[in-house]
Amino acid sequence: MAAAPSNTTATANRAIFTETPFVRKKRRTELVARCFFGAMAAAMVIPLVLIVGYVIVQGAPSLSWEFLTANPRLGGIRGGIWSALVGTIYIVTISLCVSAPIGVLSAVYLTEYARDNWFTRIVNLAVVNLAGVPSIVHGLFGLGAFVYAAGMGKSILSASLTLSIMTLPVIIASTKEALSAVPRSFREACWNVGATRWQTIRRIVLPNSISGILTGVILQVSRTAGETAPVMLTGVATFKAVESTGLFLYNPIKDQCMALSMHLYYIATQASNAAPSLPFAIATVLLCVVLVVNATAIGVRAYLRSRKKW
Amino acid sequence: MKQRRRQAEILGERAIEALIYVCGFSAIIFVFGIFFFVLREGAPFLAKLKIGEFLFSIDWFPTSQTQAKYGVGALIAGTLSVTALAMVIAVPFGLGAAVFVSEFCTGKLKETLKVVIELLAAIPSVVWGFVGLTVLSPIIIATFHVPIGVNMFNGALLLALMSVPIMVSIGEDALKAVPDSYREAALALGATKWQLVYRVLLPAAKNGLLAAVLLGVGRAIGETMAVLMATGHSVRIPHSIFDPVRTLTATIAAELGETSKGSDHYQVLFLIGVLLFGITFVVNLTADMIVKGIKRK
Repeated sequence: MAAAPSNTTATANRAIFTETPFVRKKRRTELVARCFFGAMAAAMVIPLVLIVGYVIVQGAPSLSWEFLTANPRLGGIRGGIWSALVGTIYIVTISLCVSAPIGVLSAVYLTEYARDNWFTRIVNLAVVNLAGVPSIVHGLFGLGAFVYAAGMGKSILSASLTLSIMTLPVIIASTKEALSAVPRSFREACWNVGATRWQTIRRIVLPNSISGILTGVILQVSRTAGETAPVMLTGVATFKAVESTGLFLYNPIKDQCMALSMHLYYIATQASNAAPSLPFAIATVLLCVVLVVNATAIGVRAYLRSRKKW
Repeated sequence: MKQRRRQAEILGERAIEALIYVCGFSAIIFVFGIFFFVLREGAPFLAKLKIGEFLFSIDWFPTSQTQAKYGVGALIAGTLSVTALAMVIAVPFGLGAAVFVSEFCTGKLKETLKVVIELLAAIPSVVWGFVGLTVLSPIIIATFHVPIGVNMFNGALLLALMSVPIMVSIGEDALKAVPDSYREAALALGATKWQLVYRVLLPAAKNGLLAAVLLGVGRAIGETMAVLMATGHSVRIPHSIFDPVRTLTATIAAELGETSKGSDHYQVLFLIGVLLFGITFVVNLTADMIVKGIKRK
């Protein structure tokens, strides 16, 4: 009778210290699972590296300082991309000036003022749906509302306003996240010393969440720079001859402009006699702009997060 | 003096709070505005429109002089087939990657993968379209021995790559929301990681993962430039995955520039916009309700 328990203890000990076939099998399954899911993840990383690498290698022959700073000629197939680059900068700047304040204040409303009721739920739902509206439908909206109804015509302003509405959810979402990460005790401490709601937001909540807000704004820049479908309906031309190579090429209220994304689309699909490396070079520049901007956002976030005091 | 300054401050604060309220409601205003203005441009044609013919006829001859026909059946089929194929490719990879990021890796590797996912999401759709046109197309022709490289398969591959990042990030959130006690209980019972994923995590996080997939679907349906450049752009019901197709979004992008304002063709394109708005609205609403349902639980 007494031998039985000691016997089981012995087997248990052996099971722990030596590798039974069961343990070996278990470890093998574990490894297979790890490799399987790892392969799934690798399948995402590899295309990114391959695509970026291939585009840059193919575009290299056309890339030079002159390519960046010369204006396109002959319908875009010769010369550089300066006026397209400037057009993209115009559109990004104007849409940022419109959507950043609206987006940040909207997020302030949602996190600081809104009560938990049906109306707030509808506002949140509207934000989610605004993010889900297809880009081409935003383009149709911009055409109907800004170009025709508001009488702005096809212009940089129409295109920028269209994009600012389109990218609003990006800023709202990231600002909301940043604001709600500020601990409630910060606000309560501030209220208790007699500050009003707005003073609390202005002096405590916004300064403490600036990193998240900044990240959202930077991401909005990258999103705006790459967008094609909405701007091609509302104010970006396939080609526009410009002489000067300064920064002030366009009148943002009246003029149409060129933009990098549209230039790539046009050269890749419509211009048959361009140098084969030209569209790759444009794609390289566009990719660099977008990836550098995103990397900046990631860097800013990491830096400010490392300095966070709570 | 002090009294007056105080009053000015209160007034200023009121003004700023009013502004905050207006901005807070702006999302609602914009969503209604989009619906209103897109519908407004297309509305005059509604009187002439036969809904059944519009939705189910596959005859799309908008530029015909004698008998223009506006049936978007083939375009809807194009959109649905490309999206479906994209999801067949993207769902296993997206959810698999989400499981890997959330369960199998820690520290540096996890951070790196999240950065890569973020960068993948940042690549503009026109660049994807360009890649489909110049890189994937020759590869598809050489591998599958088909005559045309810009086809449904090409577009679906691109859409899969584009919708994977959103699936991974939402899916990872869903897996993170599963309490650690579930994992500990399973491991204590001697489950392997494999069993843990299949028997515990996937059932527990299934609503969140479903929402992730739906958001991916929404992204794929609404995508314009990539499908415009890489699906071959021919109006027909596809019979194989290597047939060129045309989607609703690509049709608007390609044809709107050639129409004159106020013509039937122009108005029909806006009505397609309304249709797209409706489809993505329903998809996003469903995804949102699923996510909310989880949070309440």
